Amino acid sequence: MNLVLFIPEITLAVFAVLVILLDLGVRQKNLLRSVSLAGLVIAGGVSVAMWGGSYSPLFNNMLAVDNFAIFFKMLFAGIAFLVILASSDYIEKFSRFQGEYYALILLSTLGMMLMAATADLISLYIALELTSISLYVLVGFLKDRKSTEASLKYLLLGAIASAILLYGMALVFGFTGQTQLGAIAQSIQAMSLDNILASPALLMGIVMLIAGFGFKIAAVPFQMWVPDVYEGAPTPVTAYLSVASKAAGFAIILRVFYSAFGIPDWLSMNWGIIFAALAVISMIIGNVVAIPQTNIKRMLGYSSIAQAGYLMVGLATLGFAATSSVLGQSGILFFLASYSLTNLGAFIAIIAITNKINSDDITDFAGMGKRAPLLALALTFCLISLIGMPPAAGFMAKFYIFSAAAQNDLLWLVVIAVLNSVISAYYYLRVVKVMWLGEAASEEKVPSSGAPRLALFLCCLGVLLLGIIPGLVMKMAEFAGKLFAF
Amino acid sequence: MEFNYLTTILFLPAVGAIIIALISRKDEALIKRVAAVFTGIPLIIAICLFAAFDRSAGAAGVMQFEEKYQWIASLNAHYHLGVDGLSMPMLLLTTLLGFLAVFISWKVHDRPRQFFAWLLLLETSIIGVFVSLDLLLFFIMWEIEVIPMYFLITIWGSGRREYSAIKYVLYTLFGSAFMLAGILSLYFTTGSLSIVDIGNQGLGMVQTMMPAAAIFWLLFIGFAVKLPMFPFHTWLPDAHTDAPTAVSVMLAGVLIKMGGYGMIRLCVGMFPGPAQQYAQILIILALIGILYGAAVTLMQTDIKRMIAYSSISHMGYVLLGIFALGQVSLTGAALQMFSHGIITGLLFAMAGLVIHNIKVRDLRKLGGLARQVPIITVVFSVAGLASLGLPTTSGFAAEFLIFLGCFNSTAVPYAQVYTIIAIIGVVLTAGYILWMLQQAFYGPVKDEFNGVKDADCMEKFYIFVLVAAIMLVGIYPAILTDVFKLGITPIAALFGS
Repeated sequence: MNLVLFIPEITLAVFAVLVILLDLGVRQKNLLRSVSLAGLVIAGGVSVAMWGGSYSPLFNNMLAVDNFAIFFKMLFAGIAFLVILASSDYIEKFSRFQGEYYALILLSTLGMMLMAATADLISLYIALELTSISLYVLVGFLKDRKSTEASLKYLLLGAIASAILLYGMALVFGFTGQTQLGAIAQSIQAMSLDNILASPALLMGIVMLIAGFGFKIAAVPFQMWVPDVYEGAPTPVTAYLSVASKAAGFAIILRVFYSAFGIPDWLSMNWGIIFAALAVISMIIGNVVAIPQTNIKRMLGYSSIAQAGYLMVGLATLGFAATSSVLGQSGILFFLASYSLTNLGAFIAIIAITNKINSDDITDFAGMGKRAPLLALALTFCLISLIGMPPAAGFMAKFYIFSAAAQNDLLWLVVIAVLNSVISAYYYLRVVKVMWLGEAASEEKVPSSGAPRLALFLCCLGVLLLGIIPGLVMKMAEFAGKLFAF
Repeated sequence: MEFNYLTTILFLPAVGAIIIALISRKDEALIKRVAAVFTGIPLIIAICLFAAFDRSAGAAGVMQFEEKYQWIASLNAHYHLGVDGLSMPMLLLTTLLGFLAVFISWKVHDRPRQFFAWLLLLETSIIGVFVSLDLLLFFIMWEIEVIPMYFLITIWGSGRREYSAIKYVLYTLFGSAFMLAGILSLYFTTGSLSIVDIGNQGLGMVQTMMPAAAIFWLLFIGFAVKLPMFPFHTWLPDAHTDAPTAVSVMLAGVLIKMGGYGMIRLCVGMFPGPAQQYAQILIILALIGILYGAAVTLMQTDIKRMIAYSSISHMGYVLLGIFALGQVSLTGAALQMFSHGIITGLLFAMAGLVIHNIKVRDLRKLGGLARQVPIITVVFSVAGLASLGLPTTSGFAAEFLIFLGCFNSTAVPYAQVYTIIAIIGVVLTAGYILWMLQQAFYGPVKDEFNGVKDADCMEKFYIFVLVAAIMLVGIYPAILTDVFKLGITPIAALFGS
């Protein structure tokens, strides 16, 4: 076993503890931010250096270090980096608990990195809980009524989802006698079709896994927690939740379903159909319910449900293509990268604006085109990317993922998905309209400090580059998607 | 390496938009001058390219001034530009109207920086549609156009501008949703995104792997919304009426031509089978558009709405010419697109001038303006007569070719009957144009309009250019048809003419 491969995770754990310890003695809280950022840079940098290596197991095949995992490690480190930069102003609201905030962000990032790397149901569950528990606390960080309610709701529903997930794992284990993903796959392949169908345990188990993971990615009908939690949580945490937690959920679904249940074809077709159905209802419900929302965080909550729907088009493709093509995987990976940048960008602009106006109501964004032209421009650009219009990354991501689906005879799903993008234009553009056309409540400028501006600039630059010259990241996504078989 | 003319034309307006965004908002004159320069240079280059265009018979169907670079390897997408006989005149038209639109909006004083930045971006995206030879690039340009249009209509429009703008966006996105599905299926049945390659050799594969008719219809819906074809036309009167003048000019002049261009290039050019199979249905829809559009125009009282509805009727002729599927009718349809672009561009510019100078847009309240604003009256009349197809104007040449080609069409049964029905539209057109001229400019002089301003120097400039263009094409249409023919011949050959 080679512990060198574990350096990103070790770094994050060490820095999380370091931040807590420093918090005890240091007055200058900015230092904590720099330390956490340094930790993320090291973890991300080491991951970059590890890119391109071959598959190596860790801890008795509990964890896998392959390009798929490393792709996500870079992604998570990047997301956490941007979120911490973006929360520089917002953090004042946490007064005494700044150290804990940074530490919890680092720990949940650690959990997500582990999630992307798990190769075993047991390590999977541990990683998932590490992430979830950190996030439960983060959601309640504002300690006001809404935040507390959100946290409790998230905790209770999350606990139920975990229970269902465990039940599903137990069934799969009972059926195959294995917890290691590769071993599960071998055991299923060794059985005859009659043997598998003789008992409903495997299929039940798969359905329950989908339900448990569905909670993480906020797929309908496991989305009930989204609007309240998104609204109540501190906005940087909402941003973090909406991208990182979703990406981690998709990472784990890809890993488990591809590695353990990818063969035989009829099995993958079966869960492919389930994901296709979930994609359809997630897109429709997410987009339609987003229309009447008046709170921008709630609206983006529903929009993130719809985005999960587009991503599940990729999962359905994965099920239908099974092992024959990597387009489904690489489509999802590329979409996640572009969605993360876009949604983070939108949230960072919202954090900067709401910090000044102290309201999340869309109507209060009126006149931002005059009061904060750059923020409004950036937010407009990110919203256009969320609609999926060029030249933003959102378009390329959709084109890529839908082209994979069209190739695998899912053209009907593509048509539904694209029509849903049309619906989404309505509510995204409403925000744009309010910002540029609405009468401002006051003429006062909306200031923002350097760190969030830098984060926002990085996001927008990324969104633009991924929209115009996506070649490099697509290549990486293909490479990462290809190598993650056992 | 050769100089990349098309890239220069394509991105100069966008570069201009970025420069404008950096100018101080108070320096209005500079903003407008920069806009004029960054639309003027593309026009000059386009004119030079038009002059240098290879018109020999061997150039039929050949892309000229081609540029091709690898763009996204994973998708086999290329940055591929080029013009043939079909797109060269459209490129010329776009750069011409883009340049004139700057002068037409010289009197915009509300947030000029944003206005001109969006206007220039709009020009880039429209040029992009006409010069792209890669389906992904084509689609991106097609989609980008929506964003500037949305802002231009909502911020600088009039009337129910927010409603009109969002309606425009949703209709366009609805159409392009199907178009995207069509492009994706085309991509996976042929493995290529190149318009040239698919047009030349990919067709056989399309027909074996997926019903070609399905892809034909997916693509067609996208173009039909844009053209607009009855029954997808309802966004057009709203958007035209509420848009600021220069945007109406761009919208009527070139934007809706993207639909006709797409139909000829992708639907008819790539799917001759389904095109011929469904030609009759589409011709009937075209006839409904011609007659219904003209009839509704007769009912209008708002001067801009009237011109907008007349566009639906005129685009019906384009659709008719395209799906008559003959060499002459297709050439006529292409010429009609160009001709309608300059004529309706001029009509909208004049209507904008009336509204700006006289502050009245209701035809019933206008009247007797011929004495007070003689220049506007004369030019409006010229544009109106061109619109109803008076000989020596471009409108006549185009409509005559369409009717002639349609009447002689061998590809579609009963073409003669359809032609005769379509000609009724001309009568209706004459009716509403003359009624409009009479209402607005003739009759007893109204004292309240004494002292209103006529066209000033700047306005005379763009009026003159457009009138000259209308006359030039009307008297010597071969200047364009010789070029169009090169692009049309290979397409018409698919139908045996």
